[in-house]
Amino acid sequence: MVKPSEQSSHDSERTLALRLRVWRQLRGGEGHFEEYSLAAVPVSASFLEMMDMLNEQLIREGKDTVAFDHDCREGICGMCSMTINGMPHGPIPGVTTCQLHMRNFRDGETITVEPWRARAFPVLKDLAVNRSAFDKVIQAGGFITVRTGSATEANNTLIPKPIADEAMDAAECIGCGACVASCKNGSAMLFVGAKINHLNILPQGQPERERRTLAMVKTMDDAGFGNCTNYGECQAHCPKGITLDVIAKLNRDYLRARVKEFFSSTGKARKGGE
Amino acid sequence: MSDSSCCKNCQPASIGKKVIMALSGLVLAGFVFGHMIGNLTVFKGAAAINEYAEFLHAHPGLIWSARTVLIISVIAHIWSGVLLTIENRIARAGGPAVEVTRRASLSSRTMPYSGVIILAFIIFHLLHYTFRTIALGGQEFGPNVYGMIVAGFSQPAVAVFYIASMILLCLHLSHGISSVFQTLGLRNERWRGRLDVLATLYGWVIALGFISIPLAVLLGRLK
Repeated sequence: MVKPSEQSSHDSERTLALRLRVWRQLRGGEGHFEEYSLAAVPVSASFLEMMDMLNEQLIREGKDTVAFDHDCREGICGMCSMTINGMPHGPIPGVTTCQLHMRNFRDGETITVEPWRARAFPVLKDLAVNRSAFDKVIQAGGFITVRTGSATEANNTLIPKPIADEAMDAAECIGCGACVASCKNGSAMLFVGAKINHLNILPQGQPERERRTLAMVKTMDDAGFGNCTNYGECQAHCPKGITLDVIAKLNRDYLRARVKEFFSSTGKARKGGE
Repeated sequence: MSDSSCCKNCQPASIGKKVIMALSGLVLAGFVFGHMIGNLTVFKGAAAINEYAEFLHAHPGLIWSARTVLIISVIAHIWSGVLLTIENRIARAGGPAVEVTRRASLSSRTMPYSGVIILAFIIFHLLHYTFRTIALGGQEFGPNVYGMIVAGFSQPAVAVFYIASMILLCLHLSHGISSVFQTLGLRNERWRGRLDVLATLYGWVIALGFISIPLAVLLGRLK
């Protein structure tokens, strides 16, 4: 929440002069940092608006603009990324880059802006990375299979309030990838844990619970994400406050699914009574 | 990924490797407790610890069952640890130019290093007491374990390496024990702090129990 005091006329008039170290990289090429000076940045601007100002300056100078991902600019779509001074989504916990305001930076400060760094998130250009690996994980099991067009009476499926709350907490994950970018192992366990928890604890998620868990973990592994070693950096950088609880539960569900798969029914006896 | 598809097929999944690491670690963590209790008989005098050693050697069935479980656990622990560390380095792709740590503990960030040094210590320790190829302090090898302990720790370099290794073991355990619960899915935000305290406490109990012996030798309490 923005406090009224922060919206004072004094605040909106204050501007910053910044030095920016921005990662520039062409598709398939080697990247490098380039330094830019940017003057008169209003403190009420968001970080992305500051980047827009930089790009306008680059256009005026006839230079190539900095590519970066963004969409809703209200902290719910998960498109914006950027590692700012080593912190995915910047220095303020619990906000996305688009909701990060320049009043959190000092006048004359040098800000280092990098893309998400992980093998599973290759850089497309500059600060934009390919997060298709997350889409593949969702395609592997981040859904429930239902016949559409014949919705049943909603009250047929009763869900206790605490379970609904827990599922909603997990569903808050916007899939931005800050967990992977902050993890010293490039692990996606917080993301996969959130998605698994969201569906696995609801009645609608039960029929595909084991299949979903095994498939999503396999896809995660195949995509080249690292392994969780319980650093907890993901929780500390998640803009939506997802906790390591979801990883513990993912581990539990995975073990349960493996045991159930191992001892699954082998079917009917064949002809001849084998 | 195509470049590692062969390895991926004959390896357990990421969580599988973590479970192997957790369970083998649990066995080893339990072992060090028993080992520490056994070692503390040194304070009851030379006869007590020498009798304890003789008791163990008089029961080869007992000692070899324990050794088999330990050898399997050590191999599993090192194998999963090496795989996890290599995979994680590759997955990180070098990491950001500016590295920030918000909450990862020192012990969690140094697990591979503390592990390697503890392994080096274990090899040295086995060469001294089990294989008896390294003689320390001119003490002759024989049934006198008490004499070997005192002769070994009378050398400050040996005692310092021992104490340093035990502090690293404490560091290793404080992250390891707490991680066991997380990996087996037996942890949540409410229990996280309590389990972290429990793990650190366990690490210190083990480390201080072991360290008390070289300290007693250096201070002249054990002769």
